[in-house]
Amino acid sequence: MKILETHHLTKRYDCFTAVDGIDFTIHEGELFGLLGPNGAGKTTTINMLTGLARITAGSVKLKGFDCTRDITKAQSLMGIVPDESNLYEELDGFQNLCFCAALYGIPKRRRRQKAAELLDQFDLADARSKPFRAYSKGMKRKLTIAAGIIHAPKILFLDEPTTAIDVASARQIRQLIRSLNQTGTTILLTTHYIEEAERLCHRIAFLVGGKIVRLGTLSELMDEAQQENIIQFRLAGPVAQLELAVSREFPQFVTEISGDGIIRIKSQLPVNIMPFMRLFDRNNLDVYEAKIIRPSLEEVFVKVTGLEIAKMKQEKEKSKR
Amino acid sequence: MTTWIAFWNILKKDMRNYYLKPPNISWGIIFPVAWTLMVFLKSDGAMDIRGLLPGVMCLSVLFGTTSMLAVTITFERRSRSFERLLIAPIGLNFLMLAKTTGAIVFGLFNGFVPVVFALFMVELSGINWFLVLCGVFLIAVTSTFLGLFIAVSVSEVFEAQTFSNFFRFPMIFLCGLFIPVQILPVFLKPLSYIIPLTYGADILKTLINTTGHIGLPESFVVLTGFSVILFAVSTRNVKRKWIY
Repeated sequence: MKILETHHLTKRYDCFTAVDGIDFTIHEGELFGLLGPNGAGKTTTINMLTGLARITAGSVKLKGFDCTRDITKAQSLMGIVPDESNLYEELDGFQNLCFCAALYGIPKRRRRQKAAELLDQFDLADARSKPFRAYSKGMKRKLTIAAGIIHAPKILFLDEPTTAIDVASARQIRQLIRSLNQTGTTILLTTHYIEEAERLCHRIAFLVGGKIVRLGTLSELMDEAQQENIIQFRLAGPVAQLELAVSREFPQFVTEISGDGIIRIKSQLPVNIMPFMRLFDRNNLDVYEAKIIRPSLEEVFVKVTGLEIAKMKQEKEKSKR
Repeated sequence: MTTWIAFWNILKKDMRNYYLKPPNISWGIIFPVAWTLMVFLKSDGAMDIRGLLPGVMCLSVLFGTTSMLAVTITFERRSRSFERLLIAPIGLNFLMLAKTTGAIVFGLFNGFVPVVFALFMVELSGINWFLVLCGVFLIAVTSTFLGLFIAVSVSEVFEAQTFSNFFRFPMIFLCGLFIPVQILPVFLKPLSYIIPLTYGADILKTLINTTGHIGLPESFVVLTGFSVILFAVSTRNVKRKWIY
């Protein structure tokens, strides 16, 4: 079931178009990633969805509410974790959570109970009475996420949640995001960390220059970028003389052999590995590993965005002419 | 109910974090005393406290509200914690009212500090205190919304202070507290009638010393008008500049 739907969402600042007519849909329970380089329009998109930026053109529907008409109603269904932790420095962790819950009209007893639960869940119970300014960056981030979900939103917007924090905290936050999603929270995550999107998201949209250039599940994006099948074997024994034998026996495949016993077979068609196993056996080679090589999301991203950037440059040049 | 919970908690947080901090409470007490002493010494002890009271009350309210509100809102805007309020499901007008109520209460408190001091020194009988309370409340509301207007017009805390003084100091000298409006030079008289403090000062002068010259209903109406306009312009500026 659709929870969020954008139609031709656009943001223009004078003559600069930050977000250029993007369309996407997020389904209930989904973890949707907006992946793009700095300045791609990720934060502007989140700001438009949450009411922090005016929409120049297009529309947003959240659970059927038209956000362009009545953002206040839609805001009660959203949880927002901005790219910078923006809780109150002078309030302690518990007070910050209670205050954020009060902004959503949660009664006193319920918000105190919920704040205590979240501090426990986010491993911040010991820092409950510490002022926010005394928190480390990782702790600040975790408390900001807790503040974003204290009112049990239908959808959580996470804007670059692991940027500028240490590895251990980032890992902990990723685990939190995953468990939040597993317990039913729909999440829109923006990030410029490819591996983060790869590990967490069900579907990913590549945002470049304010445009969505690709959108799909991880495997759909990979499949699109994978133009050939690659099988890699790790062998033990004299592999140097193998290249000739392989190319003679399997002329339809491209073979690459590297010095450390690695042989890669490339083909446009799926590769049956049994004839290769027999060939290796005849040549007294032991096979320790055989695996399919898939492109990483990073390779896909670079490939796709590289193409798009080139296309956009061409378009710009055309319009100049 | 939901929005009232939010309203009350925003007010409570602001009161606790900004207005009830010891330095601000002491400001609320020291500032009126300093004004009283300054004017009293300047008049070689000839000026009566009751005559001085409307002016000191007005200035206390004006400085208390504008200083605090302009700085706190600009500060929250800089630290981006104001965004947390903007993304909450509260209408913008209601949110701005919640943010300004603390300053109005602080202004009200500041306005009555000189009265408490004066009670020990002079007889203050024959004054309609209910109307004085209404007058001080209206001055506090107008000054707070002036502070709000300043806060949403600047982006840095120091700018808020400078910009506040740009409004406050001309007001002090043109509102009739030190120099009666009737004897101001002709070219300055129109200016004194377009500043809200003139009407606030006149309300208090009429109620405390019966020396006002505008008339209570007119002054109440004009001050209410100023409040509405300043609030409307400020919220419009928030929409235009902060929800960009």
